[in-house]
Amino acid sequence: MKPILSIQHLKKNYHDKNDEITAIEDITFEVNDKEFVAIVGPSGCGKSTLLSILTGLDKESSGTIQFEKENLKIGYMLQKDSLFPWRTILENCYLGLEINHNLNDETKERVLNLLKTYGLGDFINKYPNSLSGGMRQRVALIRTLATDPDILLLDEAFSALDYQTRLALSDDVYRIIKKEGKTAIMVTHDLGEAISMADRIIVLSKRPSKVKKEYIIEMKDKKNPIHNRKCPEFSIYYDEIWRDLDVHL
Amino acid sequence: MSTYSEEHQHFLKKLKRRKRSVVLTQILIIVLFLVIWQLLASFKLINTFTFSSPWDVIKTTIHLFETNQLWNHIGITVYETLLSFLIAGIIGLVFATLLWWFPFLADVFDPYLTVLNSLPKVALGPLIIIWVGASMHSIIFMALMISAIITIINIYNGFVSIDKDYIKLLKSFHASKKQIFFELILPGNRGNIINALKINISMSLIGVIMGELLVSKEGLGYLIMYGSQVFNINLVITSVVILGIVSYLMYYVINWIEKKSS
Repeated sequence: MKPILSIQHLKKNYHDKNDEITAIEDITFEVNDKEFVAIVGPSGCGKSTLLSILTGLDKESSGTIQFEKENLKIGYMLQKDSLFPWRTILENCYLGLEINHNLNDETKERVLNLLKTYGLGDFINKYPNSLSGGMRQRVALIRTLATDPDILLLDEAFSALDYQTRLALSDDVYRIIKKEGKTAIMVTHDLGEAISMADRIIVLSKRPSKVKKEYIIEMKDKKNPIHNRKCPEFSIYYDEIWRDLDVHL
Repeated sequence: MSTYSEEHQHFLKKLKRRKRSVVLTQILIIVLFLVIWQLLASFKLINTFTFSSPWDVIKTTIHLFETNQLWNHIGITVYETLLSFLIAGIIGLVFATLLWWFPFLADVFDPYLTVLNSLPKVALGPLIIIWVGASMHSIIFMALMISAIITIINIYNGFVSIDKDYIKLLKSFHASKKQIFFELILPGNRGNIINALKINISMSLIGVIMGELLVSKEGLGYLIMYGSQVFNINLVITSVVILGIVSYLMYYVINWIEKKSS
């Protein structure tokens, strides 16, 4: 099977007046269609830089990024929900479509259906400040899905939430992503989150980062993230990856 | 409302009582001030020639009204203020937009704006009169110097302090600069722009009065200047009082518009 995304020897340098910093030394990996890949690594290892480059917000210094087809659409979900407080929930979800001049009856209908399917139907005319953090992040996901992206990039998407909301929401998001048949790349510093959600985990070394190891997450009884956390394999993976990260205070 | 609990009713009552005592105290202060001032004047404890008195102020106001000068002078000052408020608002918005749009310009003009902002513009008064001429134009020009610069700076600062994540989000949708401006920067700065306009109206009034003090034949600033030159202190104090009322009303109108539009 041809991978939907293939990254070869990606390198990224940052420049400022006094210094040149190599954030990413050499990263190579591939992502298959409908796969859920998590990227973990010590803090400051350039995880978010990687996503910025994939989104086109930042430019690589060298190396190649190849998508399966031209004009592959990418959806980006950030740590902060960044909902516009002056737009209603529905209008917030229309944002991407409006920007792409793609707002028509058909896409409107789809957004409305997404909101209804994922329990936000009663809130479409409310403003973001009347929603809880978990709900707002769910709206942010639907705003991202509204443009029907081929690949979803989740950049620490749950980190700003409290622990319980985070578990519940990662479960939700996982279901939504699988149901909508999306490919996802998630950057996180939370090992539990990565192991419970991902099909494959890529461990990065500290800066300048390289791919240190890759794990294919296999569990005998693999289901949804909250359930996966209870599988015996979960803690085995956790220990192994924890050792890879080599955390020192 | 009968649905409220007794405790809540008690709370509401307390709130209302407090508000009423604030207003009553406010009225008391002004009345006391006027009464003492008038008494001091009536018993000749202060010289009304230099300190005037409330009764003299009322008489002067009535005189101005009867000789058809009152509304004319108020009108001129208000007109000049609104005109410079409007122009400064437009200049502020346009230049702030340009500076946001072209960060190069923002970097280039940063020191100039800082100097222009901190320079006491009244120092330019004599020059402005020579360059622009002794007319209403130099008054407007003066007011613009004072209000436009600060309006540009305030609006621009609001523009650049928009959360970077919002911009990142829009860029991830491949938004153009124009889309970022109209979908995010402008609507996200509503409150900031209104605040800048509030400062703008006060600054415009300051500028107009300063201009009128320097060069004019009409307006409240002119009345103050004229009154002091012929040593008619009644006229000076009356004009200052009217000016105070006018400036309060203008601020009140902006506030009212803000509440209406939100």
